[in-house]
Amino acid sequence: MTELFVLAEHRRGELRDVTFEMLTKGRELIARADVDLTAVLLGHNVKELAIRLADQVKKVLVVDDARLKDFNEVAYQKVLTHLISERKPVLILIGHTSFGIDLAPSLATKLNVPLATDCIDINFEEKKPIVVRQVYGGKVNIKASLRTSESYIVTLRPATIEAKEVKPIGGEIIEVASPLKEEPTTKRFIEYFEPPAGEVDITAADVLVSVGRGIKDADSMPIVEKLAEALGGAVACSRPIVDKGWLSADRQVGTSGKTVKPKLYLAVGISGAFQHVSGMKNSELVIAINRDAKAPIFRAADFGVVEDLFKVVPILTDRVLQEKKSSK
Amino acid sequence: MEIIVCVKHVPETAEAEIAIDSSGKGIKTEDLVFDINEWDDYAVEEAVLIKEKLGGRVTIVTVGSEDADKTLRKCLAKGADRAIRLTDKAFDGSDAYATAKILYGVIKDLPFDLILTGTQAGDDGYAQVGVILAGFLGIPHATMVKKIELMEGFTRVNRELEGGLEQVMEVGTPALLAVQTGINEPRYVSIMGIRKARQKELKVLGLNDLGLKEEEVGESGSWITVEEMFIPPVEKEAEILVGGLDAISSKIVETLRARGLI
Repeated sequence: MTELFVLAEHRRGELRDVTFEMLTKGRELIARADVDLTAVLLGHNVKELAIRLADQVKKVLVVDDARLKDFNEVAYQKVLTHLISERKPVLILIGHTSFGIDLAPSLATKLNVPLATDCIDINFEEKKPIVVRQVYGGKVNIKASLRTSESYIVTLRPATIEAKEVKPIGGEIIEVASPLKEEPTTKRFIEYFEPPAGEVDITAADVLVSVGRGIKDADSMPIVEKLAEALGGAVACSRPIVDKGWLSADRQVGTSGKTVKPKLYLAVGISGAFQHVSGMKNSELVIAINRDAKAPIFRAADFGVVEDLFKVVPILTDRVLQEKKSSK
Repeated sequence: MEIIVCVKHVPETAEAEIAIDSSGKGIKTEDLVFDINEWDDYAVEEAVLIKEKLGGRVTIVTVGSEDADKTLRKCLAKGADRAIRLTDKAFDGSDAYATAKILYGVIKDLPFDLILTGTQAGDDGYAQVGVILAGFLGIPHATMVKKIELMEGFTRVNRELEGGLEQVMEVGTPALLAVQTGINEPRYVSIMGIRKARQKELKVLGLNDLGLKEEEVGESGSWITVEEMFIPPVEKEAEILVGGLDAISSKIVETLRARGLI
């Protein structure tokens, strides 16, 4: 019986959501094949995490080693190369996260196993994986096949598959001796670094006016600030605004920034890359302003305005101010 | 410091209309504007900043057609010293794995202390080439890099994690670092600057120059084959407000009032 590996991702003692998303996909895939679902957990003092995983999967392979405490691609790659060579799983699922991006291509190269990254879906057709990926910023998708091989590695985009938990099944926890012989010398984990928090906590705001690349230059920022002020809300943004240094990192909504759930999320000039959408999709009401009718943000919004933001935003700001005045 | 930067010439699609071409596996590119991949622009800037501080030479390498010269000239104008374009019919259809092999074909014979790339490309977004290339070269790598400090024999980098957190790592050098956007502020170059950079060396190499076999590259040398391209199914679509700016603004204000948001 062959196996499907799901590499559990954890940080600072907690399993990451993507782990359960991958287990959900894995369960779906094995339902149609004679394959065992196995969670693979690398870490140090991770007993609790192993028990939590064993609730959801029949088998958990655990490699406990102090050198695996914090994510280090070199150490992870060595241990996984060993496990994969020994057990020959048909598929290894890894999260397309910061960890997965560092690890999966290095593991695939080492093992000479075909790899497809950042997939939003995967299926088996005639024993070969067929993956679906988004390209060109989510405007089109591709269906792709992988070169025939004994094993395949696929990284799944986080927050794409809805994690479904099963009733605890009390699976087996199998401890595997660590194959690591020495401390990895070419790469060392030093510490976590948390950029200092700013004065505004966007996760606490009821109303967010969020600005993206469409604002074009720093001098135009006041038009969104005025709208936010009129609505009594805070200004948030998508990644390009932080990259350009126009707002501080604590204003960023998305995978690498904050996850927000305001009562109103007004997206101004934001195209809606998945990294951004995954940070705001649970907002109660989303209104998007973008001049590109095909912008992916309109798939995440309740109301859309396909207009030049420089024309709409000032008029909308005036209207809001008028409304507030007349209702006083 | 000998620094090599791998770049990609990609279509700008953020605000463009996208249509699938007649093969059904790619997009129509005739009407699109091509430029340096956004992530790579930061990698080039980082290389030039290091050179300005420590001295040395910056070499730009790309796999692409003659059109990619536009991106290469831009990199030279930004301060890179020379450029190498890897062009061959046999390279068509190469995925990230085959592309890394092509890059390896030339880089294995070049001197370097550091290789910089973007973490991913804005077109196909695999985020693989840099790490695979490092694997072929047998050097350590770090991806999603937001900060680079060079030390004697190693480099200390901050890697971006999810949720605003960073991970500080020490990586032995020579190393390959795949940078994340926002690591610096890429400089602008004028048309004049680009014209001036025409004097700098731009070399073109093909399959035979790299000692590669045809089956090692292109589709036959790839891990992945695109079977089909399609417009994603629409699960949810916003209600588009129409009727002119005043009517739209009134509709929004009404909606907000109804929800007690004003």
